Amino acid sequence: MSGEPILRFAEVSKIYPLPAGDVVALDRVTLTVDPGEFIAVMGPSGSGKSTLLNLMGCLDVPTSGEIYLSGQEISQMSDDDLTRLRRDRIGFVFQQFNLIPLLSAVENVEFPLVLTAGREESRLRAIEVMRAVHLNDALFTHRPAELSGGEQQRVAIARALVNDPDLLLCDEPTGNLDSKTGSAIMEILAAENREGKTVVMVTHDPGVAAYARRTIRIVDGRVA
Amino acid sequence: MIFIDLAVRNLRRHKVRSILATVGIVIGVVAIASLGIMGSSLSTLVGGMVSDVSDTVLVTPHLAASSGDPFDPRSALAASISTKNVGLIEKAAGEHRAVPMFVASARLRVRDTSGYATIYAVPAADIPFLIEREAGLYPQGRSSGVMVGSLLADEFDLHPGSRIEVGGESVRVLGIASERGMGIDINPDYAIIVTEDWYTERHGPQDYSRVIVKVSDLSAIEDVKAAIDQQINRRSEVVDILDSREILELYYETIDAINIFLLGIGGVSLLVASVSILNVMIISVTERTAEIGLMRSIGARKREVLRMFLYESLILGVVGSVVGGIISAVVAYYASASIGDLFADFSVSGEAGIPLSVVIGYVAFAMAFGIGTSVVAGFYPAWKAAQLNPIEALRYE
Repeated sequence: MSGEPILRFAEVSKIYPLPAGDVVALDRVTLTVDPGEFIAVMGPSGSGKSTLLNLMGCLDVPTSGEIYLSGQEISQMSDDDLTRLRRDRIGFVFQQFNLIPLLSAVENVEFPLVLTAGREESRLRAIEVMRAVHLNDALFTHRPAELSGGEQQRVAIARALVNDPDLLLCDEPTGNLDSKTGSAIMEILAAENREGKTVVMVTHDPGVAAYARRTIRIVDGRVA
Repeated sequence: MIFIDLAVRNLRRHKVRSILATVGIVIGVVAIASLGIMGSSLSTLVGGMVSDVSDTVLVTPHLAASSGDPFDPRSALAASISTKNVGLIEKAAGEHRAVPMFVASARLRVRDTSGYATIYAVPAADIPFLIEREAGLYPQGRSSGVMVGSLLADEFDLHPGSRIEVGGESVRVLGIASERGMGIDINPDYAIIVTEDWYTERHGPQDYSRVIVKVSDLSAIEDVKAAIDQQINRRSEVVDILDSREILELYYETIDAINIFLLGIGGVSLLVASVSILNVMIISVTERTAEIGLMRSIGARKREVLRMFLYESLILGVVGSVVGGIISAVVAYYASASIGDLFADFSVSGEAGIPLSVVIGYVAFAMAFGIGTSVVAGFYPAWKAAQLNPIEALRYE
């Protein structure tokens, strides 16, 4: 079914119960993400951007409403099933890079793959992806602490791509980088999108959002 | 496996912490294994000392306060069995031979050394029946000579014909008794054996301190006991009647209690070690919270996170237990040798060595216990790590 959206939110709400009263992070959000899109999600802090991204990434389930990932309803799934979706169908890129400090660059990249596949083929695939994001072979065995911010983020992108996910989710991918390095990272994401990868990116930087072809604005938990 | 790699690397990253936690397990394993082996060598030694005379019924005076336990200090209180009751016992024993005796102690002097020794005064005719002879003669009737136990003879280099002083009187050694081991009825190895007449001549007529009934047929033990009980204890408890099986049981119960106590001490030290592993693992999980959140968000399942941390505690446990196992094998060797020295004087056969299988058994038990404890201690932190909410964990600073 080629016409099917990658993601469909139907009246999705997320409410966090707090002692001071419930906080409505997302309020009946309905949206779709089609294959090959490059979407920037923008909005002030506390608007619900992160909650939206967590739900898209199967890290959380909605309080009400339905979320379809490639036609599959996820809000009733078990933790194990959600984890499997994250592992096989979704790639995450975080603002803090979030590499595993005990693993070398190439081991970080192959991590999602070795959870399911053999180490040797994972290594080959990891190297292939790392070269695709312009990482120098000499850096492969370095630990994250020995890499610059831009290099770390490239490693993180390679890790997100290693399982050939349906959906690449980025949370302020350039937030911790200087503008030059940030542009380089955005070029990589844009190139991945041109190759057909669907990208959803949370940012509050309009310059970064300009790389996207569609912008979703979130204000007070609603799509504005 | 990447999770084993991660566990190993994390332990290496915190070398000091890991080594300290391991040392705890080493100490616990050594404690359990060596105390267990010591306990079992103790019971081997005592088992060797207790000569297994299963054909004996021992009749002792009943003390109102006595528990019937030969180790009970109240058993040492003066009490006796009257001549009349001895007659009743002999009657009840029927065809089985009943030997009444006095047990006393006397000042003993051999050349320049003096001390106290136990004296068994036994009717002359019963001495050959009860005691085997190694050398010399049995004392007869009113003869003034005595017989000495073999270990006493060895220690003072006594031979038939030697002279010793018993209670200030110089007497001749007539015979040497064969080594017999610690028995439930009499322990003649360090004692002096005299005839009943010898004793009453010097101390006047007395009531007896105990009666030993040797049954000719083991199956008669219960009948003999019941018959004696019928005869004498009809109105009130006058005598206690024990057979060797019961007394051996008491010995072994005591030894078992000591063993359990020793193992308990070892167990406590391992418990302390497991608390330190628990502590190390909780620290490890806490400082790696963000990393756990990341792993979970990019596809590591709960059970994989759980396993990663269990590997850590398992590795600590295995390394600690292997090191501890090696050390305790060495410690056990020396510890048992020193126990052997301690008891060498009492040991009958001198076989203080512990069978290898016992050593291996205790070391294996201690190692298994060490590994098990580590895994159990690591389970709670590992479970906590697995249950972390990925989103919150990811945000953890």
